[in-house]
Parts: sequence; C-alpha cells; structure tokens
Amino acid sequence: MKLIVGIIKPFKVDDVKDAVKDLGVHGLTVSDVQGFGRQRGHTEVYRGAEYTIDFVPKVRVEILVDDGDVDRVAQKLVETARTGKIGDGKVWVVPVENAWRIRTGESGSDAL
Amino acid sequence: MEINSGDTAWVLASSALVLFMTPGLAFFYGGMVRAKNVLGMLMQNFFAMGIVTVLWVLVGYTLAFGRFGDAGWLGNLDFVGLKDLTGAVDANGLPVLAFVAFQMTFAIITPALITGAVADRMRFAAWAGFIALWSILVYAPVAHWVFGGGWLADRGALDFAGGTVVHINAGAAAMALILLLGKRRGWPRDAMPPHSLPFTLLGTGILWFGWFGFNAGSALAANAVAAQAFMNTFVAAAAAMLGWLVVERIKTGHATTLGAASGAVAGLVAITPCAGFVGGLAPVAIGAIAGAVCYLAISLKFRFGYDDSLDVVAVHLVGGIVGSVLLGLFADAAVNEAGADGVFFGGGWGLFGEQVLAVAVVMGFSFVVSGIIGVVLKTGLPGGIRVSEEDEEVGLDLTQHAETGYALERV
Repeated sequence: MKLIVGIIKPFKVDDVKDAVKDLGVHGLTVSDVQGFGRQRGHTEVYRGAEYTIDFVPKVRVEILVDDGDVDRVAQKLVETARTGKIGDGKVWVVPVENAWRIRTGESGSDAL
Repeated sequence: MEINSGDTAWVLASSALVLFMTPGLAFFYGGMVRAKNVLGMLMQNFFAMGIVTVLWVLVGYTLAFGRFGDAGWLGNLDFVGLKDLTGAVDANGLPVLAFVAFQMTFAIITPALITGAVADRMRFAAWAGFIALWSILVYAPVAHWVFGGGWLADRGALDFAGGTVVHINAGAAAMALILLLGKRRGWPRDAMPPHSLPFTLLGTGILWFGWFGFNAGSALAANAVAAQAFMNTFVAAAAAMLGWLVVERIKTGHATTLGAASGAVAGLVAITPCAGFVGGLAPVAIGAIAGAVCYLAISLKFRFGYDDSLDVVAVHLVGGIVGSVLLGLFADAAVNEAGADGVFFGGGWGLFGEQVLAVAVVMGFSFVVSGIIGVVLKTGLPGGIRVSEEDEEVGLDLTQHAETGYALERV
C-alpha cells in the first residue's frame, strides 16, 4: 500500500479529482497549503512599496492506493495537473504500513 | 436677530456630515492595518468622538472661539461648559450652538487623523492621554489663530476649512509621535500589507461624502460660496485621484485601488484651505498637483527611515502644505469677497507670503507642542506610550481591548 502525495496548482484540483475517479480511486484528501519551489513568490505594491510574497498557495492531494495501482494513478495525476509552466508542483510516493476503515474495522487493501 | 433657517439647516446638516467622516477615516485606516490591529485602529478613532466632544463642551470651544476676532493667541473662559449659549444667535442669524457643533466635528477628526501615523504600536492609554491634552494645548490655540479671528487670520492668511488648522496641524503632530514611538517591529523589512482594501475604499467614499459638509459647510451659509466650495471639493478629489494614478502607473506599472483612494483623499486635503476662495479650473490644477506630489512624498519615509505607517505626513502634512501654498497663487476675490487675490489674479505675492508664514507657524507649533506632550507621556505614564514587543506581536485588538476583530474560525 502506498500514499501518493501531490502538490498542485489550485485550479487543477477538479480535473485531478475527475481523472483519478475514472481510474477507480475511491477517495482522496485535499488541503490548502503554501510553500515555494522554483516558482518563488510574487510581488505586491502598496503605495509604491513593494512586498515579496514568498509562499505561493497550492493544494496538497493525498491518495491511498494498492501497490499495483501506484504507477497508473501517479502518472495520471502528473499528466492531469501539468500545464507546462513553472509552478505545476510535485508528486511523490511514500510507503504505508497499514490502513483501517473506521466504520467496519477492515484493514489492508480491504480498507481502500 | 432673527434666525436664518436655510443657513441653520445647512450648518446642522454639515455638522452631521463632518462627524460621519471620523468613522469613515476609521475604516480608511482600519483596512490598511493588519487584521490583528483593526479594532485598535477603529477604537482610537471612535474614542476621539467621545473624549473630544466632552472636552469641547467643557473648555475646547471657549479656548478656540472665546474673544472671537481679537487678533490674539487664545480664546478665554467666557463660554466654559457652553455657558450662556443656549438660544444665542450670531450676527448672521445662525444659532451659536449650530456653530459650536460644526466646529466640534472638526476638533474630533483633526486628532483622529494622527492615528494613521501611530498605527499598530501605541498603547491605548497613551493615545487617550495624548488626544485629551492635544485637543486643549494644540488644537484650541491653532483654531483660534485661524478660525477664531486670531493673529494669523488678522494678518490675512486664508484657510477656508482647515488646511493649516486641521491637516498641517495633524500632520506635524503625527511626525512628532512617529519620531517618539519609533518604527514598528520589522519595518520596513517585513511585509505589512493592508488586510482589507475594500474597507479602505468604503472609508474613502464616506470621507469624500462627509467632506462636502467639511468644505461647503465652512461657508456657514447656504449660499453661492457654499456651492462653489462644494464643486471645488468634488473636482479636486477627482483630479487628485487621476494625478496619483498616472504617477503610480508610470512608476510601478499598475493603477491600484489603494492609489485611487489615497489620491482622492490627497485632493480633498489640498482643496480644504482653498475651497471657498478659488474658482474656475483651479481645483483641477490643485487636485492634480496634490495627487502627484503626495504620491512622491510617500517615498520620503523610506529614504529617511521614519515609519509613517499609513502616510499621514505624506498625505495630510504635505497635502495641507500644497493646498495652503497654492492658495497664494489661485485665490480669486471674485469668488468670495471675504477672500483675496493670489498671484495669478493680480494680488501680488502678499497673500502667498502670509500663506507660507501660516504653514510654517502651525507646523512648527504643532510639532513642538505635540512632541512635548509625547515626551511627558512617554516618561510620566507607567508603561510609556508604546506597547511591549510581545503585545505588538500579538496585536492591539487582543492586548489593548481584549477583543478580536475577526472571530471567523469560531462561528
């Protein structure tokens, strides 16, 4: 079992949700995050004074999948979230030891 | 003397308009501070409506307007507690209490203007003490010199609605407090962007609206001079907005909402001394010059390193100087027989000289006496005039008032 984590542009969230749903993914979690990568921040000007905003708003997507589905889902996430411009974000995969569905107590792949 | 009902109605309505400027100013400034200080800013302004009103009734009015027209330095105590004014009517048929109320709203907003300079770091107790002392020791005498027929008015200096009394006076006091308080923590390194520019724009609209009472009401009559002042006020604000935006667009690449708001206020400030003394296209010129000059004046705080947080010096002191000095050029006695002719209307440099003198005297007096009040409070008040570093970090709302402006996460 693996956790796919994506940091993506906020306006791509709906596209990503629809695309991975089509692959049979049953759930995902999103959260609003801020950070910087190569894109850096932006500048705002108030009465002539320039301020650099270092952290750019992004959305963090987390998807729990079976080992066999990892490449397919991660590839789809990468393709869907891509615009080709700087600031598209990153996707990475981390191993997960186990998972439970709280309602039924099922664990492992059955919990997905 | 029979009461002139038209004039009385206009002065009473104008008093309400001018009072409304103080909440407008509160939101103009309140939008520009960070979210943790919004109540602190609103409270400093609203508190002015409380403390100054009571002081005005007790001693402020009589110190400013007692011994009216004596060409002197200060009023007297004839009208302490508004003694003998019930039912009194002046030589123009205006009930004296209408004049008292109108002038009271000026006395309220003038120190309120200073709040933008001390933003985010002044203790509320220190502000309360400062505004009380300042109203009596600075505002009342200066109002007497200019509005009360005191020595500056007697020399021939013109100030229709308060370029010197209100704006230069407040701007110079702001400078004194800026130097005594010091910079906000992290300024200018850290970004301190406005938390709600919609508030600032709303406040600007209220100020502009109320300013019609400020300037056109200063005719103290519903007459042609009032209509001229009304129109000049309108046009100068518009021209100054454009002047500011043009310079801003050239220098930074964008026309901003904060620039539009700031420009309009700069124009309103500059036209204030001129409102009932100029005509024709003069307000376009005065406004446009004020918009451009005040924008450029904002860079001074970065060059010299003083934290004029919301640009009270750049907008009110500089804008007040621009208007008061330009009046020496643009004044036209054909507009108002109580006025005079400036350089452009064949009046020579006499008026211009008086304007420069009035500017210098009011600026110097306000800076020095405000500074003395500030030093007395800084050394005499337990806790001084500035909040602790920790309180500054937490914000004025919680530390000074035990409240939070936006409790959205708790609903």
